[in-house]
Amino acid sequence: MIRAISGQLLLGLINGSFYALLSLGLAIIFGLLDVVNFAHGAQYMMGAFLAWMGLEYLGIGYWWALLLVPAAMGLVGIAIERLFLRRLQGLDPLYGLLLTFGLTLMIEGAFHHAYGNSGNPYPVPEALTGGFDLGFVYLPRYRAWVVLVSGLVCFASWFVIERTQLGAYLRAGTENRRLLQAFGINVPLMFTVTYGFGVALAAFAGVMAAPIYQVSPLMGSSLIMVVFAVVVIGGMGSILGAILTGLGIGLAEGLTKFLYPPAASVVVFVIMALVLLVRPAGLFGRAR
Amino acid sequence: MRVPSVKTPVFWGYGALVAVGVAAPFVVYPVFAMNVLTMALFASAFNLLLGYVGLLSFGHAAFLGSAAYVTGYASKALGLPVILAVPAGAAVAALLGLLFGTLALRRSGIYFAMITLGFAQVIYFLVVQMPWTGGEDGLQGIPRGRVLGLDLSDKYAMYYFVYAVFLLAFLLVHRTIESPFGQVLRAIRENEPRAVSLGYDVERYKLLAFVLSAGLSGLAGSLKALTLQFATLGDVTWQRSGEVILMTLLGGMGTVVGPSVGALLVLTLENYLASLGSWVTVITGAVFVVMVLAFRRGLVGEVRALLKRSF
Repeated sequence: MIRAISGQLLLGLINGSFYALLSLGLAIIFGLLDVVNFAHGAQYMMGAFLAWMGLEYLGIGYWWALLLVPAAMGLVGIAIERLFLRRLQGLDPLYGLLLTFGLTLMIEGAFHHAYGNSGNPYPVPEALTGGFDLGFVYLPRYRAWVVLVSGLVCFASWFVIERTQLGAYLRAGTENRRLLQAFGINVPLMFTVTYGFGVALAAFAGVMAAPIYQVSPLMGSSLIMVVFAVVVIGGMGSILGAILTGLGIGLAEGLTKFLYPPAASVVVFVIMALVLLVRPAGLFGRAR
Repeated sequence: MRVPSVKTPVFWGYGALVAVGVAAPFVVYPVFAMNVLTMALFASAFNLLLGYVGLLSFGHAAFLGSAAYVTGYASKALGLPVILAVPAGAAVAALLGLLFGTLALRRSGIYFAMITLGFAQVIYFLVVQMPWTGGEDGLQGIPRGRVLGLDLSDKYAMYYFVYAVFLLAFLLVHRTIESPFGQVLRAIRENEPRAVSLGYDVERYKLLAFVLSAGLSGLAGSLKALTLQFATLGDVTWQRSGEVILMTLLGGMGTVVGPSVGALLVLTLENYLASLGSWVTVITGAVFVVMVLAFRRGLVGEVRALLKRSF
């Protein structure tokens, strides 16, 4: 009984770590650029796929992938911002959503064409195989690593945004980008870098996810729906809110899987409906 | 909208629509023509929301799909006649619209899009799991039945039935757009605070538009189920919600005929490219990107702008 529930909660915590990483990136991008990055899920999928391809074709291992893939995807993000998103500035944010939706279809369609529907297994790195028995639950070493690292990355992002000069510029840009530009800050460059960073974060999550979930072309699209709901529940106003909501939703899903498994896939949307009833602006959001 | 006099473009527009509609099944496959009509109705209903209220719903497949399943189940398992099964589907979709609309309209803009997407996922999961929907297989072999003594298993009879319903629904959409109600919707789209300050109960107008759009999308889904004689999971996926956005964007959002033109284009494209498999998705995505970057007014919108400039 205890083992079953803690097992599900642990799984929930792992999923929640990914929700947190992805909603964090989404919130950072939206905060500054006013773009809801629909392609976030596809970029996460690309991260996982690039890691898998690196191992399959080039023999690049997990640790290098963890470093190289986000860097490469960051460059892809920079290109997307320069080529496409820049042209939509000042328009209704809906166009950004539609554009990134189109990119999602292109990316997923291309990967689907090349690799089909089936998942590809990615081995857990050797240093992180095995696990510990905590008495009430068996904790695989790799999963502990995921929780730890995503916690660290979330904390580091929060720290940079809330406690450093660079973060202050970012927050100022979120409030009023024209004023920030008037102070002599290169705002267009900040846009580009921020989008690149958000994409790199999604790709980083993808590499982390590769050994846990099967690497498949559609792994991102089911995830992005949940992450969107997380963002609605948390409200995109606060970085900490995005992280906490992500973890909380993961745990809620785990608990539902234990209590009533068929509802596990919809519980996040039910919570979203309840939050809309009680606090339409989101748990951590400001009304606007 | 009074009955248009002989000299107006509207009169000639409807004349052309009737002529093309009557001739269509003899020129192209009747099933393809019916598909175009149902998707044109779906896109027109969707456009009522996106084009005239400025609300982007990312979950309209929920209404199309649930109505398709309800109509399919009603005529296959319950043996209800068409005249009841089709309205039943549309009514369920409208009720869903009322439920989703009430919740989703508490937020606006991109949040509204994300919320509708989430709710549509709930419908998807329900359809997958519920016992009467046939899971992965969907409902198959839905009987077309008879309407007003007409045997709909004949493809031409079925076509003209679908066409008649489409024409009525299209008129309803057009009438709604031109009505004072439609004017208020446009006012909300252009400047919501102003509409509020003028004393309009904006939330009610939006909800009413949402329910109407959902109900008409459901009507399209019901007709689709009868046309193809099956209801599948494909009709409740987010890809389907994306497709109707593409049709509307391609044809021209906020124009009366744009969505129908878009539906015709998208279905023709899919028809010709069907052999390419996954590349269709890639091409669809590319069309999205190009439309958003360069032709935000859509085909009909661009043509209209061109005409305006040259006269």
